[in-house]
Amino acid sequence: MTTLDTKLKRDLRRLWGQVLAIALVIAGGVASLVLSTGSFRSLDETRIAYYERYQFADVFAEVTRAPKTLVTRIAEISGVAAVEARIAKLALLDIPEFPEPATGRFISLPETGSPLLNRLYMRAGRLPGANDLDEVVVNESFAKAHGFGPGDRFSATLNGRKRELTIVGIALSPEYVYAIGPGDRMPDDRRFAIIWMSERALAEVFGLEGAFSWVSLKLMPDAVETEVIDALDDLLEPYGGGAAYGRKYQTSHAYLEHGLDMLRNMSRTLPPIFLVVSAFLVNLTLSRLVALEREQIGLLKALGYFDTSIVAHYAKFVAVVALIGIVIGSAAGTLLGVYVTRLFGDFYRFPFLVFADSPDVYLLAALLSLFAALGGAFRSLREIVSLAAAVAMQPPAPPSFQRALFGRMELGSLLSQRMMMMVRGMARKPIRAALATLGMAFATAILVVSLFIGNAMEELVDVTYFMADRQDATISFAEKRPETVVFDVSRLPGVLAAEPYRQVPIRIRKGSLERRTLLSGRPPGADLSRIIDIDLRTVSLPETGVAISAYLGRLLDARVGDTVEVDLLDGRRRTVELTVAALVEDYFGIAAMMDAGALSRLLREAPTANGVHLSVDDGKLDLLYEAIKQMPTVAGVALQRVSLVNFRQSLAIIVTTMAGIYTGLSIVIAFGVVYNSARISLSEHARELATLRVLGFSQGETMRILLLELSVIVALAQPPGWAIGYGLSWLMNKQLAGELMRVPLVVENLTYVLATTIIFVAALISALVVGRRVYALDLVAVLKTRE
Amino acid sequence: MAETIFRARSLTRTYLTGEVAVHALRDVSLDIQAGELVVMLGPSGSGKSTLLNIMGGLDRPTSGELFFKGIELTALSERELTLYRREHVGVVFQFYNLIPSLTAYENVALVTEISASPMRPDEALALVGLEARRNHFPAQLSGGEQQRVAIARAIAKRPEVLLCDEPTGALDSKTGIRVIDALVNVNTQLGTTTLIITHNASIHAVADRVLFFADGTISKIQVNERRLSAAALTW
Repeated sequence: MTTLDTKLKRDLRRLWGQVLAIALVIAGGVASLVLSTGSFRSLDETRIAYYERYQFADVFAEVTRAPKTLVTRIAEISGVAAVEARIAKLALLDIPEFPEPATGRFISLPETGSPLLNRLYMRAGRLPGANDLDEVVVNESFAKAHGFGPGDRFSATLNGRKRELTIVGIALSPEYVYAIGPGDRMPDDRRFAIIWMSERALAEVFGLEGAFSWVSLKLMPDAVETEVIDALDDLLEPYGGGAAYGRKYQTSHAYLEHGLDMLRNMSRTLPPIFLVVSAFLVNLTLSRLVALEREQIGLLKALGYFDTSIVAHYAKFVAVVALIGIVIGSAAGTLLGVYVTRLFGDFYRFPFLVFADSPDVYLLAALLSLFAALGGAFRSLREIVSLAAAVAMQPPAPPSFQRALFGRMELGSLLSQRMMMMVRGMARKPIRAALATLGMAFATAILVVSLFIGNAMEELVDVTYFMADRQDATISFAEKRPETVVFDVSRLPGVLAAEPYRQVPIRIRKGSLERRTLLSGRPPGADLSRIIDIDLRTVSLPETGVAISAYLGRLLDARVGDTVEVDLLDGRRRTVELTVAALVEDYFGIAAMMDAGALSRLLREAPTANGVHLSVDDGKLDLLYEAIKQMPTVAGVALQRVSLVNFRQSLAIIVTTMAGIYTGLSIVIAFGVVYNSARISLSEHARELATLRVLGFSQGETMRILLLELSVIVALAQPPGWAIGYGLSWLMNKQLAGELMRVPLVVENLTYVLATTIIFVAALISALVVGRRVYALDLVAVLKTRE
Repeated sequence: MAETIFRARSLTRTYLTGEVAVHALRDVSLDIQAGELVVMLGPSGSGKSTLLNIMGGLDRPTSGELFFKGIELTALSERELTLYRREHVGVVFQFYNLIPSLTAYENVALVTEISASPMRPDEALALVGLEARRNHFPAQLSGGEQQRVAIARAIAKRPEVLLCDEPTGALDSKTGIRVIDALVNVNTQLGTTTLIITHNASIHAVADRVLFFADGTISKIQVNERRLSAAALTW
């Protein structure tokens, strides 16, 4: 080991506080990239592996009743690789000691046992025997929510008849990675079950012998999905079908995609910001740190060291600091990535997780950090090494101060000498002061954007649950009912108000842009499920025309007054032209809404309802549940309050955990930056401060001068920090918006306050730590000046 | 007649310090013989350090020529100048300029590692009487000890020239005399040409020649017929 390396080792030990602080800033940037990209890739590979191994279908269609002979003709459609026809029906469940009505999605299993497509991952037990008509397999999350295992029993009202069922197996399916009940917004494992039964049993109950009600297709790699869908629609139309759809509109897949999209977009937005900010800060810090070594560099030159050896020495120092940061960041990022992957893996019901290796991500993060660190060091080294040894060994010449700044102004006399020292000090090196301020502003900004995600979730809940959808419960029917059903429902115990709604699947189109969604009809003056527009005002629907989600408007490039084409995929299929009457700012899904009467006329049918929104007397809930369980026509009940709880317990937890992780990383970065600023500022001003001590200033007074500059920079950095933070939040907001969910752009004042508070606390703690060093200033050593 | 080791002709050095132009050296010409011990006296800002720095290859003159054993230092590239410092020159500074994170031994080794035929660091430390303090860090040494480490570091490479800028400036008289003694020893035992800058006029008695500086020029040269030993000095 050369003596220079010994020096390197000792310098690293001597400056361990700063070394660690800089390393943590680097670690923050590296960890954010490793964690987000790592978890996204792991989940994406998990999804791909799951879909592949368990043969998740590509195209889906429901029919009322189609003969099985049709399957051969479907298989002949060009591009179709495999066909799976089955019976799928919704039914109410009655679970022992569980008062709320639950819904089951009953799916038939072929007589051969395991299905060809959408295969089951058996967690426990076995498939039902082809002739054991009361045996079922249930999905794992439902079983877990009720503590069910093979051998447990519950009952269901299948086609109006109550039936005792016995669980023989627990399974997962790629079709229900995200299992959401009718009318619900969030999965509720207690109240929604996927139940697989023998085909014979379901065929008997629903009178579908020799027929099917659902078909899934696997496509050839080169198949054109839209062509297959058109061909399938043509075949199924006579049998009450004709609204086939691809994976994009398959609920579970769509939600999963959206979740992964959000994760991907987060990983594309926040980590680069973190990494760039940390790189910038590290560059800034190391540049100042190396500048402090000016005299030692001069000495090494004087002793006959080549510039290249000196540069290499400091490059090594900086590289070690960067490497410490990279190692800490990679380790933390990997651990956090695994944690986030598990969190998502839990939310989406994956039977297994694939943890993806991402060497490229580590390499990218490491190289960027290393270059940033070395770049900062070289910036200073180039300047110092170019000086003659004799010049470098002396402290820099007294800078030329400008009296002009405050000098001529009367204001000058208002400032204390100490204030003047600080102001002129900053004015002398305006670029350095500006960069320091900018660095601090970025620290504030990344705190703001991290905290913003939490704000957005609150706003989402507020608008959705308290302003728009104010119903307590929503009943959905297995088949559409005459609108007069609302009178029956009104008479149920505990019902305070009831509003019917009608939902029709549609394709909505403007020019070449098309989306599939639901068109819902609402009675005029609906009060429970309201429509809230961009400005958060209640919208009453016009008698003609359609209101659409603002996001759908953007997707279709449709504005108020534009005409859109709508294919009605229910009842008498027709294509109609409608005028966009309003754009509605909603946060979940893309929806189209219109007046219920107008919708009936459009459908050329008597007023009908798919369900009813209810306002309920809390005290009579149990009675209501009992009554609903007795209604054979009800397919499911969505409970708003439960939905809110589920939202808070699932998605909100994920999002706030992510936000928490990023906030944690940004606190680490912020602290590292502030601490280093204070430490370096102390070194830069050591001589001045020691002079003041000799002149009779107390330690406290001297420390205040040091802290004055720090606090001024911190304070100056806040407004630009807020502005940058808002800008980054806007970017996040744009990046996270998807067809299933949007995050509102709401940055609470509290967020700014919190971000700034964190920075000030970091500054205070740094000040206390650094302050101790002011007390320890060696006055004599510092003041020995050269000739 | 000994060999002329330095030949300076019309050396001038002007600094731009902030907004002020300082004429540190004005048209100085001088010859130094090998093995000579030269003391440079003069008030602050009289040009002593500037001349020393230029001779040590630590700085360049604004104009004029400087030859080291026939090599024109003023014409050397930056790399050649570094090699010149590395091979031929030892420098001792007023404030020792030890690397605080290295021990006495390591501070000397810093130089021996890059020189062609150095003595062992321990040998150099023994020459200044500090072999027992080899593992102490600068902060654990007195000012005089630190300066002697700096001298050991300067002589360890067996330089032909030893340049000392106020080596006793920060020391009390007793310690200062020990340091001067060490320098005189090096000069007499190793035959190293030695130039010592000082404010302290009483040191001139150990020199072969004394150069008096004023306003960037050499105002007077005094030749000592007889050199005193350092032990005979008082101040």
